[in-house]
Amino acid sequence: MKAVAQLGRWAVGSVEQLGRLTVFAVAVLRAALTPPVRGRAFLAELYKLGVRSLIIIGVSGFAVGMVLGLQGYNTLVRFGATESLGAVVGLSLIRELGPVLTGLLATGRAGSATTAEIGAMVVTDQLDGLRMMSIEPVHLVVTPRALALVMVMPLLCAIFIVTGLWGGYLIGVGVMGVDGGSYLTSLESSVDFVDDVVGAGIKALVFGVLVGLISTYRGYTCVPTSAGVSDATTSTVVVASVSILVFDYFITALWGV
Amino acid sequence: MESRSGRDVMVGVFVLAGLLATAYLSFSIGGLGGGPPGGFRLVVGFDEIGGLKVRAPVVIAGVRVGQVASIDLGDDYRARVLLDVGPTLELPVDTSASIMTAGILGDRYVSLQLGGEADLLAPDDEITFSESAVLLERVIGKLVHNASVEGEE
Repeated sequence: MKAVAQLGRWAVGSVEQLGRLTVFAVAVLRAALTPPVRGRAFLAELYKLGVRSLIIIGVSGFAVGMVLGLQGYNTLVRFGATESLGAVVGLSLIRELGPVLTGLLATGRAGSATTAEIGAMVVTDQLDGLRMMSIEPVHLVVTPRALALVMVMPLLCAIFIVTGLWGGYLIGVGVMGVDGGSYLTSLESSVDFVDDVVGAGIKALVFGVLVGLISTYRGYTCVPTSAGVSDATTSTVVVASVSILVFDYFITALWGV
Repeated sequence: MESRSGRDVMVGVFVLAGLLATAYLSFSIGGLGGGPPGGFRLVVGFDEIGGLKVRAPVVIAGVRVGQVASIDLGDDYRARVLLDVGPTLELPVDTSASIMTAGILGDRYVSLQLGGEADLLAPDDEITFSESAVLLERVIGKLVHNASVEGEE
């Protein structure tokens, strides 16, 4: 009986959380459409969340591309089909690994930082200070961060994919001796703009919305203690990572990208 | 103020890099905008195209000169393949087209063998000599069939 009650409480709790998140999302959207436009704050967030994620994205993309090149080569060489290495590296990166890994890396690098920063503001009553000056915290603090994450994600994803393609080229052509022309030809003839590239952009955009909303929501609603900030940061990483992987499955299953 | 403008430049560089990467993926790799500027299109009919796909390369002597623009089923129920090749090529009217495979399992591509006639193909002309794709299954099937027939004799 106790277990059933617990299950019920858990179900009500999850629905409640989802509802609060939706209300929060509507508030952010409304804040984004109300003037004044917070251009300075938005630009500062683009710098913090985008520019400073460049190194981790570039290095990871390159490393993933190199591994794909090596793994793809070692598998394809058994079938004498190393000419298709470009297609293997390109399609895996564009359709799947690029958006998902960018999403996970950005969650760890930018999402957790956003939650911790907003959480620290909650702990030190800075948001109440803003309210006292009749500045809506969602408008000044939350919206620029959420929008910056949404905008940053597709750009980081594209950079990740391109560095990955270079990494695959370096290993496949430079080290394993696949013909450079056939790497590029199989890459170019197998990747389609609408099916693959647009799909990657949509995935990255959806992941950007997820990370942007979850990280700001967790920070905004965190319990105002130091343990609360740490819990909120952990929860951002866990919830955002899991929802990226789950949404990835559904986007692929429903639209085949 | 100095550091702020420096930061703005970095943001600009970041956004530009992201957009350039997107453009590279879309145009160069994704083939948006149709690849090489063709303007010179040729039609070929094939009995069997195997796994030929749109945007597969068109080569002469192994050198890429264009790509497959579209594939439809013609009125005569043969595959009607539209090739998009560079406008500077001078191809004789008895040029023939065949569908080849890169490696055993590689991608299909169209190879053009130049003929010896003096007259040249004009844009939108049809290449009349064509050689269909070789289907591995059919070759194997024929081999197995021959072997079993020989075995019975």
